[in-house]
Amino acid sequence: MYTDKVMEHFSNPRNVGEIEDANGVGTVGNPKCGDIMKITLRIEDEIVKDVKFKTYGCGAAVATSSIATELIKGRTISEALNVTNKAVVEALEGLPPAKIHCSVLAEEAIKSAIADYYRRQGIDPLPIVGCDADCANCGQAAAGH
Amino acid sequence: MHIYADYAATAPLRREALEAMTPWLTDGYGNASSIYRVAREAKRALEDARRSAAASLGVLPEEVYFTSGGTESDNWALKGALELGARQGDEPRERRRHLVTTAIEHPAILQTAQWLERQGMDLTILPVDEAGLVSPERAAAAVGGDTQLVSVMHANNEIGTIQPIEDIFRAVKAKNPQTLCHTDAVQSAGHIPVPWEGADLMSLSAHKMGGPKGIGALVVRRGVRLPAFMHGGGHERGRRSGTENVAGAAGFAAALATGAAEMEREAARLSALRDRLIAALLRIPYSRLTGHPVRRLPGSVSVVFECVEGESLVLGLDMNGVSASSGSACSSGSLDPSHVLLAIGLPHEIAHGSVRFTLGGDISETAVDRIADITARVVAERRAMSPVWDEKAQRPIPFGT
Repeated sequence: MYTDKVMEHFSNPRNVGEIEDANGVGTVGNPKCGDIMKITLRIEDEIVKDVKFKTYGCGAAVATSSIATELIKGRTISEALNVTNKAVVEALEGLPPAKIHCSVLAEEAIKSAIADYYRRQGIDPLPIVGCDADCANCGQAAAGH
Repeated sequence: MHIYADYAATAPLRREALEAMTPWLTDGYGNASSIYRVAREAKRALEDARRSAAASLGVLPEEVYFTSGGTESDNWALKGALELGARQGDEPRERRRHLVTTAIEHPAILQTAQWLERQGMDLTILPVDEAGLVSPERAAAAVGGDTQLVSVMHANNEIGTIQPIEDIFRAVKAKNPQTLCHTDAVQSAGHIPVPWEGADLMSLSAHKMGGPKGIGALVVRRGVRLPAFMHGGGHERGRRSGTENVAGAAGFAAALATGAAEMEREAARLSALRDRLIAALLRIPYSRLTGHPVRRLPGSVSVVFECVEGESLVLGLDMNGVSASSGSACSSGSLDPSHVLLAIGLPHEIAHGSVRFTLGGDISETAVDRIADITARVVAERRAMSPVWDEKAQRPIPFGT
């Protein structure tokens, strides 16, 4: 049911862990749904210098988190904000329909961490990120979350 | 080394079954319903298989109807019984349109029951206790004058709990002697004795006991006028049409006979291995057993681990050569974890961390110890990358703190 690319990222996840001196942290999902992603960022000069993740969830949740960190590492904030769930699915060469919500979660985790970065800088993230990225309390949450 | 520990999903074909099947897959190709020699030989083999299966089960040969498997048998039992009840008597008030079943049945029962409800039948779904047991008193209390069928599985596929079906069916019949009783014995038959005495209908599947896939049976108690399910050429005494699967029936009968002959010894051996594995797995912190501690299938081990998601655990086990399964949402293709784990009262977040090992075949003590070691390692790996697990303190982090 999973592509080789998904299995490869599940077996050898990239960028696992937490950045000690992170300046942007995002946690999305909830235990009731069975998946939680936490992304920590180190942003310097508008560039994602480092990124790490921790994920509780299924194979697809781990793989989407892993590939999402690869897609944003070394990129500018605006490039990172342009990483959509679709881009995550494409990078994994596809996901089963029931697992698309995992890619949505990965996109939300990135946005949530960047929003947190802006808040720490005293900047309102809403106009830049597009939402406040408080995904746990968002009424428009995607895919049944 | 690969360790297969998913015998509740399917079992490899027994050598005895393969040997019994081979002649009917090669030279004995005749259609058992034709009249010439190769057909007569096939017919004889089919009836030999029926007699042998009946003897292994302790039922009459004419009570055994071969089907394509457990799902068909369950569909036939429920739809047939309710069709019978709905046209009972001359007066509408004599009709019996009520079906009673339980919250932990296989989807072949639950989905069929819900379909019948959509067709206008009345449905009652009985709850279970935290060990997965159905109370005979509660079952009887749900039965009324219009109850046509009570369907209770003998042993559960996910948590292994064995129901006291003899007590349940006795209580049901005491309340309404007209009510029919059905048991889905797919997981138990061939492994433990099925107390069939109180039942009118029983579903069986060959491949769960080392027979081939694609064949099973519905046992219909003599005198129960269950309507035909598959209409056509009138096979299986007019009740289940379709060219007979002679090789399948021969393999099924051989698997049942071998299962019956080895039952006592195998049940004791697998129960000991099961308890050894449960004890080892429960040494992993923040784990718990699901299902009944004693009234459970010999090879069935089902546990939940906090802060680990079941599907990722199953994939991790697979990477280490162990085949197991999970009742987590992600393995079912929905966002909800298994209906069985929810029915025994587990919260969603705990139910997501389920893993099931079902033992069988020639699995050894060494293999079981290896399963435990690998599981401990994979659980630790998954927890180390879980945002809800405190790696330093080795305990869960309450979510939202």
